[in-house]
Amino acid sequence: MSEAHQAVAAASPLGSRLKHHYETLEQQHHADTLGMWVFLGTEVLFFGGLITAYVTYRAAYSTAFAQASLTLDIVSGTLMTLVLLGSSLTMAMAVHSAQLGHRRMLALFLTLTIVLGVAFLGIKGNEYYHKWEDHHIPGSGFVWAGPDARTAQLFIYLYFALTGLHALHMIIGVCIMGGLLALTAHGRVKNYTVEISGLYWHFVDIVWIFLFPLLYLVDRHK
Amino acid sequence: MPSTSTYYKIFALLMFLALATTAIAFVDLGIFNPIVAMVIAVTKATLVVLFFMHVRYQGRLTFVFAIAGFCWLVILLLLVSAEYLTRGWLPIPGAIPPMGF
Repeated sequence: MSEAHQAVAAASPLGSRLKHHYETLEQQHHADTLGMWVFLGTEVLFFGGLITAYVTYRAAYSTAFAQASLTLDIVSGTLMTLVLLGSSLTMAMAVHSAQLGHRRMLALFLTLTIVLGVAFLGIKGNEYYHKWEDHHIPGSGFVWAGPDARTAQLFIYLYFALTGLHALHMIIGVCIMGGLLALTAHGRVKNYTVEISGLYWHFVDIVWIFLFPLLYLVDRHK
Repeated sequence: MPSTSTYYKIFALLMFLALATTAIAFVDLGIFNPIVAMVIAVTKATLVVLFFMHVRYQGRLTFVFAIAGFCWLVILLLLVSAEYLTRGWLPIPGAIPPMGF
């Protein structure tokens, strides 16, 4: 952290108070950041288990996985990616505003982040609805027109597990942003709380950056 | 800390890469399709981690913590693949048959 930024952070009306078990504010912020990164490390492995299962099965059943992947809507998938990248920008701007102590800008960017997050979930919900209508829900009601119904179902199952877990993280993220917005409205938000929450939001964005090519872009050229 | 113009530039780059990866997916590159897709995904993730998540502007310890999860994921993927992908390479009687068709 640059000294100029430190001076800004210290003078900011949103600066946090020093807790008794830390010597300096910088040390406190450093510990907060590292704690969040440790949590994100466990999250990488949480998603990593499912992604490993997906990669293993895709290598084994590549034909069926390519067929099943083509049933996903590439337009809504790309749109979701763009919406989520946009929300990462507004999140970064929210953190920036918090560091400068601009409360109204912070509220604006938090609101934009929530709007984009909800838009993502809306497109995702629409996609799930179409899967429901096409009887592409794993289980006894699963209907598959092509060959390899069993392995195609495996792909759809992993699709729901991966995107469902990601959507759950998005819902939690939107709730966190809502909480921050309420704190901002009451003037009790701290700039480091915004920064730490931002790390979580960007992480969820990164998960989607990997899920999108893995699930939607399998053998699109065929 | 980065300026707002840095954020906008990184965002523009991310949008470009997102559209590029979709476009490239429709071109037949054979075995390179998934490789190109993953290289672009890793590039995008790196940009987000370095600039949006401020790892570039913080100490080395933050960098170590940030890269740790990725390293464990690589170990997980490598060791699991080493088992599943090499099944059936050697004709050992009684060995587990490979998955697939």
